[in-house]
Amino acid sequence: MSKFLRKFDFLQVILILSLALLYIPIIVMVVGSFNASQLANHWTGFTLEWFVKLFNDRRVLEAALLSVEIAFLASTISVILGTLIGISLVRVPRFFGRLLLTTMITAPLVMPDVITGLCQALLFNQTRVLFGWPTQGGFVTILLAHITFTMAYAAVTIQSRMLTVDRSLEDAAMDLGAGPVRAFVEITLPIIAPALFSSWLLGLTLSLDDVVIASFVTGPGATTLPMTIYSKVKLGVSPDMNALATIILAIVGAGVIISNIIMVRAEKQRQLDESKAMAEAH
Amino acid sequence: MSDSTNTEAATAPNSGAKKKNFLVRIISNNSKWLMIAPPLYYMVFLFLIPFLLALKISFADSILAVPPFTAIYEYKDDHLLLNLSLLNFQALGHDVVTYKNELIYNFGNLVGWIGGLFSSAPAVVTEVVAPEPSQYLSAFVESLRLATIATIVCLLIGYPVAYAIARAPKSRQNIYIMLVILPFWTSFLLRVYALQGVLRDSGLLNQLLIFMGFIDEPIHILQTSLAVQIGIAYSYAPFMVLPLYATLQKLDPALLEAASDLGSRPFRAFLDVTLPLSMPGVIAGSMLTFIPAMGEYIIPDMLGGPGVQTIGRVLWDTFFNDRDWPMAAAVSIAFLLFLVVPIGIYQYYSIREREA
Repeated sequence: MSKFLRKFDFLQVILILSLALLYIPIIVMVVGSFNASQLANHWTGFTLEWFVKLFNDRRVLEAALLSVEIAFLASTISVILGTLIGISLVRVPRFFGRLLLTTMITAPLVMPDVITGLCQALLFNQTRVLFGWPTQGGFVTILLAHITFTMAYAAVTIQSRMLTVDRSLEDAAMDLGAGPVRAFVEITLPIIAPALFSSWLLGLTLSLDDVVIASFVTGPGATTLPMTIYSKVKLGVSPDMNALATIILAIVGAGVIISNIIMVRAEKQRQLDESKAMAEAH
Repeated sequence: MSDSTNTEAATAPNSGAKKKNFLVRIISNNSKWLMIAPPLYYMVFLFLIPFLLALKISFADSILAVPPFTAIYEYKDDHLLLNLSLLNFQALGHDVVTYKNELIYNFGNLVGWIGGLFSSAPAVVTEVVAPEPSQYLSAFVESLRLATIATIVCLLIGYPVAYAIARAPKSRQNIYIMLVILPFWTSFLLRVYALQGVLRDSGLLNQLLIFMGFIDEPIHILQTSLAVQIGIAYSYAPFMVLPLYATLQKLDPALLEAASDLGSRPFRAFLDVTLPLSMPGVIAGSMLTFIPAMGEYIIPDMLGGPGVQTIGRVLWDTFFNDRDWPMAAAVSIAFLLFLVVPIGIYQYYSIREREA
């Protein structure tokens, strides 16, 4: 037993150390955003100067707005399309293009960004030659490109969740006289809702994070937030980017905590409802 | 949807034991295409066709025009002329400048080339001055090296971490997993930027090493391939931990108890039971790290400096700086052909995992 405990401690130490390594650079960045010194290595005093500078930077604000718009639309559309894929793959054993679809939703998960970006750029160039559309890259081309890979993530997530849906629950609803739409909305949808929500969040993050694919398909005038960040941090230390990182971390942190609370509550409520229904049935 | 609702209304109540699940029914009648077609066509048009386009353009030649490549086929005098150029693929292996200058026979016309194979006089001049290996080849080798090392480092760190999380009390597992995922939700670019800050000459790492007395002068880590390896390992570690955790967590502890009852020491039990059973996670995690790491552009560009040329950077430069689209397409296609094996392995395991 003592041996087991020692092994456990050893693992625990690695875990804590790794988590520390994961967070140290981020913490250094956050501390730097409040540091009066331009240079990250010396603390010279507390300041909010970098935040003020950030909020006065029109380029960053416009880029942020564009990115948020694209991310919202891309993740929403990809959740809708991903749900269709998830249901089709789980509930329809055979259809034309099933293997192709399965391959096409798994491949983008591992495809290097540069290749996806290049291919999409070639596509939009081709449609421009053939149909005169899009006249130039920008909002729409980035959106379409982002949907492609966020949909793949959504489809995979929703498919795994659909596999856990007990088919007999759907059938029972139908036997009790619910139409298929109602059965789907009242039985299937609540069960897969957490997957829809998490894949929507994932899509949002992936879209807000992408710099490579967007660079390939964008045109003059459309610069996303990651592209702006990239052009700034490439040149070296940029304290206003520290400030931006702090803001993003704060938003993400709050979002994660809130969504966790909501999800835990929803799950409890669902279990409560289920047990109530069971009790009534008996 | 209304279509299926009607058929539903006609057959729904008490339609007997053979009744199919409603979702199956909606999708198995003709309206199933309403459901399958939109995402399927979307993926075909925005994922499959772009690859076919890249394949096509990789056989074209680069020209100064719009679009900046030659047509690979044209219809002239009732004849379909194919102009398949293999120049790009040849340039992959050899230094492109030397090679294009030294090329005596024009490989450009595949028809002529195939014809040359069958004619008595060898039309293909095989003796070409042995050129330098191309930037593509050396970049590919560099990428392979960096991605392999980073994947091994990720695995060596990720496995114990995933194991520790899987063995932790249930209530704490979610917190640990949340902590592993959390940085992933923040900006990837900013995380690499943060790492840049830690690794620079005046950064935390050098300060710490000097403070602890290991070194007197700061060591240059930034702008070397070591920085790129650290960067990839740092950024991709969550992708390694998550699949590993997923498989390790499903592992039945009774198996380990059985091994121990049968006289296995803990380490032996780990080697004989845990490790083999966690192989799907090891493979999924390694592929999820290795494949994107091979094509990584941001990390080598931000941490590696001009000295570290990876395939992602070369592809980017070929497209954006040289504007040689056919060459960029050829690099992508060749790169993808190489990646088919790891992607296939990953797909096999992930699809099996999901549909099992």
